[in-house]
Amino acid sequence: MQSIDLPLAPEVVESLSMGDMCELSGVLYTARDAAHKRMLEDAARGEPLPIDVAGQVLYYVGPTPPKPGAVIGSAGPTTSGRMDAYTPRMLELGLTGMIGKGGRSPAVVEAIARHRAVYFAAIGGTAALLAKRIKEVELIAYEDLGTEAIRRLVVERFPVVVAVDSRGKDIFAEGYKEFAK
Amino acid sequence: MRTIDASEVTARIREMSIESNYHVDPAYVRKVEEAKAGETSSLGLMVLDQITENAALASAERVPYCQDTGVSIVFAEVGQDVRIEGGLLEDAINEGIRRGYRDGYLRGSVVNDPLRRVNTRDNTPAVIHYRVVEGDRLKLYFAAKGTGAENMSMARMLKPSDGREGVIRTIVDHVFNSGGNPCPPVLLGIGLGGSIEKAALQAKWALFRELGAPNPDPLVAELEGDILEAVNKTGVGPMGMGGDTTCIAVHVETYACHIGALPICVNVECHAHRHAEVVL
Repeated sequence: MQSIDLPLAPEVVESLSMGDMCELSGVLYTARDAAHKRMLEDAARGEPLPIDVAGQVLYYVGPTPPKPGAVIGSAGPTTSGRMDAYTPRMLELGLTGMIGKGGRSPAVVEAIARHRAVYFAAIGGTAALLAKRIKEVELIAYEDLGTEAIRRLVVERFPVVVAVDSRGKDIFAEGYKEFAK
Repeated sequence: MRTIDASEVTARIREMSIESNYHVDPAYVRKVEEAKAGETSSLGLMVLDQITENAALASAERVPYCQDTGVSIVFAEVGQDVRIEGGLLEDAINEGIRRGYRDGYLRGSVVNDPLRRVNTRDNTPAVIHYRVVEGDRLKLYFAAKGTGAENMSMARMLKPSDGREGVIRTIVDHVFNSGGNPCPPVLLGIGLGGSIEKAALQAKWALFRELGAPNPDPLVAELEGDILEAVNKTGVGPMGMGGDTTCIAVHVETYACHIGALPICVNVECHAHRHAEVVL
């Protein structure tokens, strides 16, 4: 298990290999379908994005409402493939990391390698457990999107697996081979 | 003729929506626990551990197991000697969903329309299926269906010549191509026969069966076993990262069909198996 600080330093990104188990600590930003769509519509109009994604990590999540006294509700990853249409452009804007679940398209895997970025898989459905590792939450933008708004999170020892590393090695394309009968 | 007050329906739906989201089917968690013994992937084992740990935590703290608290699916078996008083059954069910999702701090995951896509914020409307049955009872089945798995569902019109082998191959290929998206280890609900919409309804209904209980028809039960074995040979594994545990159980429901047809629908269920039922 590797302990990794966020945001990711370039040399840290380079050091990560497909299949590595990591615990992330530091700042990340939430964004899923609707926030991606709106951010890239802003960018297309030449308007500034509500967050500078350069050097940052996005977590694909739409949490449940927090119970009274809780920092956040349950908060596991959503299916990353739905963000594939937006991801190459986000990487061009400097995004260095993503956290979600499930495979990415060949175009996204290629873009991850070209931009020397990394895609982490969190364990889908384990949302109660993952929420425990989120220590601070701040609403940043698109409040009207509710659960899909952009939030700044501070996480501690947030467990993930390196699913696509900066050389484009992809666990969802290769992981099954050792176990297929 | 027996009467049931609509408010009773609302109260029970509210309760089922909250409790099932906090406490996933314990039989599913037991199956995941048992699967650990046969899982040879260290990453896969880590995933299975995290799944059972999450189930215990969500239950103990009374928080949603998964942030995707699903679209609400309701099957209502209405005895033909029952009368609902004090409102429309559909309204009573939706009011229960509205209250449950609000009071239980569950996520509103439903948009009003597939094109306008405005979140209704209270998870209504539910997807409701009615059946008229004998007797003077009302039986309500509730499921919270997450979309990671629902999006990996599939319907095909096979040819009769594809036969049993074609059915198995279609399902295995589909599960393989779905990879980690539906949050394996999954449960497969399969509707075989009927028409395209009958197969889809049967596939959903199959998910409500007691987990792992075989179809009473031995021919179908054998098919279920063969599909389970074949799917677990794909190597997809927990969360699609490689391993031996891809599927927990296969439930097949069949129906008569046209001489020229072999409809099949697969409804995929994730490890967040959230089901409840009540008889009024």
